[in-house]
Amino acid sequence: MTEPETSLNRLRWQCRRGMRELDILLNEFLEHGYSGLEAQECETFERLLGYPDSVLIEWLMGRMIPADRDVAKIVEAIRHTAVS
Amino acid sequence: MNLPRRKFDTLIIGAGGGGLRAALQLSQADARVAVVSKVFPTRSHTVAAQGGVNAALANVLPDNWHWHMFDTVKGSDYLGDQDAIEYMCRAAPQAVYELEHFGVPFSRQQDGRIYQRRFGGQSRDFGGEQAARTCAAADRTGHAILHTLYQQNLRAKTHFFDEFFAIDLVRDREGYILGAFVMEIATGEVMIIEAKTTLIATGGVGQLFRTNTNALINTGDGMAMALRAGIPLQDMEFVQFHPTGIAGKGMLISEGARGEGGFLVNCEGERFMERYAPQAKDLASRDVVSRAIATEIRGGRGCGPGKDHVLLRLDHLDSDMIRKRLPAIRDMVLTFLHLDLCDTPAPVAPTVHYTMGGIPTNRFGQVVVPENQGPEETMPGLYAAGECACVSVHGGNRLGGNSLLDILVFGRAAANHIIGYLAENRYHRPMSDEEAEKSMARLARWDKRGEGESIDGLRTELGNVMEDYCGVFRTEEILKEGISRVEELVRRMDDATLKDHSRIFNTARVEAMELENLMDVALATVISAYSRKESRGAHSRMDYPDRDDLHWLRHSLYFREDRSIDYKPVRTKPLSVDAFPPKARTY
Ligand SMILES: Cc1cc2nc3c(=O)[nH]c(=O)nc-3n(C[C@H](O)[C@H](O)[C@H](O)COP(=O)(O)OP(=O)(O)OC[C@H]3O[C@@H](n4cnc5c(N)ncnc54)[C@H](O)[C@@H]3O)c2cc1C
Repeated sequence: MTEPETSLNRLRWQCRRGMRELDILLNEFLEHGYSGLEAQECETFERLLGYPDSVLIEWLMGRMIPADRDVAKIVEAIRHTAVS
Repeated sequence: MNLPRRKFDTLIIGAGGGGLRAALQLSQADARVAVVSKVFPTRSHTVAAQGGVNAALANVLPDNWHWHMFDTVKGSDYLGDQDAIEYMCRAAPQAVYELEHFGVPFSRQQDGRIYQRRFGGQSRDFGGEQAARTCAAADRTGHAILHTLYQQNLRAKTHFFDEFFAIDLVRDREGYILGAFVMEIATGEVMIIEAKTTLIATGGVGQLFRTNTNALINTGDGMAMALRAGIPLQDMEFVQFHPTGIAGKGMLISEGARGEGGFLVNCEGERFMERYAPQAKDLASRDVVSRAIATEIRGGRGCGPGKDHVLLRLDHLDSDMIRKRLPAIRDMVLTFLHLDLCDTPAPVAPTVHYTMGGIPTNRFGQVVVPENQGPEETMPGLYAAGECACVSVHGGNRLGGNSLLDILVFGRAAANHIIGYLAENRYHRPMSDEEAEKSMARLARWDKRGEGESIDGLRTELGNVMEDYCGVFRTEEILKEGISRVEELVRRMDDATLKDHSRIFNTARVEAMELENLMDVALATVISAYSRKESRGAHSRMDYPDRDDLHWLRHSLYFREDRSIDYKPVRTKPLSVDAFPPKARTY
């Protein structure tokens, strides 16, 4: 396994959440959206995964917008992947 | 090979509400407790529970535990054990007050007391008017419970093994469970956690079915570990379906949508529920609506290219009303389907939601198995609690709000029993290297290389087979076909290989072992469903449409070794009150 593959696997496990909605959104993004991110954005995505499920669900359902601009951008990207 | 070992008084496998409630009780009693969880504890599935937890506090409307007990027995279609149900309903108020004390921010009414919601299946005065029994922390009850219990456990010095995957229980020749063989997902390192007592709290198995409302982690690992240790699974045919999950994806659209006037149509645009339930129509009970949808789909009247779903329509309703009363549902459908319920219908289908069956226990959380002396011999030192267990308080059908209660009450009860056991059993039983290393084979099997079946492919097929042959709509013929198809998949598992053989964060290997677990539990489920020749609760047989108390008021037990079924009686005698004898279940 190469370094990037291992780190992708690690993220894959971080995308295992307690709610079906989050599992689907995060995993679809990891498959289809993540590879297009800049290094900085990858870090933001990791930071996003550190938030509790209850916060992620509010953001990803579009009910709340993260105060952190960078996180908000990733949230939008995830929401965008979900509906395409 | 000498496996590293760690020793604890108690090993708890699972950090959902059930596991964490037990861990807290034990750590506070100064036991040395290890909690193993394959995901970070607060990502356990308990976090998804929004509705709330039942307790007869009588804060909003008159209520008492005896009415709660009646509703639970009736809801279970009389398959629930009445001693355990009485125990749970009596313990419910204390369970809620304890949570409040730990810091769960329950929603309150103006006088400061905990607010309580009205849920389906709740009555006053033994089947009379609607009761209000569900306590909630806004719409994030599960989250609040899980986070609070986790924080309290950190304070009480519970030892957490986060992102460790439990592979198998370690069992000695005499049948004692001595702990478990576990793997750290990040490093691929394995070790043995030795314990005087082990509690399985690994949650449900919604992932058995293609479409389900559950998180991906719900793969029935603990149930399969129990099966492999020679323990039967109880009442596995009872799987709760929710009628309106988003087709093919599973996210739940709650009854609220139909409560506000939404209705279901087939591909001809027909409002078909009028044929199945002329009175209640789309608001008939969950099992009735689920069966009606399944019948439409099997009859070729499903919608979409695959004709595999029906449509939920709200577009005839006032869109301001939808925005005001159903905002969360509208947001969810917007996010996933890019559809606005205000003007477009949503594709829905019956969706697996909850596992009533599981590892057989008594009301102290002790795992019980049939032995020479009787059907309920305890296995010393082994416990199970939560959705993976079958105590059995839900019988044939679980009521909303009773599952969070179950995990709290029996997590605590198991811990209390363990404390007594530890006082009398002060030393670890010896574990030989041979016993410790037995489970290595299960892991080593995935080192096999070369071309073979793919895990993803088999998992998809299993979900499809279970949905098509063990779904809402069951007959002898369909289930028989289901058994042979699952058996075929189990055979094909032998040929499966992995492409990734690395150690570090090898999630493919974890998923392969999860699929093995799903296969074992799938056989238990489909064989139990085939064997029960009656309709009761969530188990509905078109060829045996009635409940048959004379022959089938009994629990089924599935054994892995010879894939056989045995039965044991329902405990119809409560602890202190008169029994509720079986009656027709009408609402
Ligand atoms: C969408 C949804 C809404 C719900 N709403 C409600 C509600 O409002 N009220 C209610 O009463 N019930 C509700 N339920 C049901 C309820 O949430 C669950 O039944 C309950 O939370 C299960 O808790 P648990 O502690 O048994 O298991 P879980 O919370 O599922 O936890 C299982 C734990 O086991 C661990 N684990 C599993 N396998 C392994 C392994 N091999 N190795 C290591 N660790 C492992 C996991 O990491 C996790 O920590 C809902 C269910 C769903 C799907």
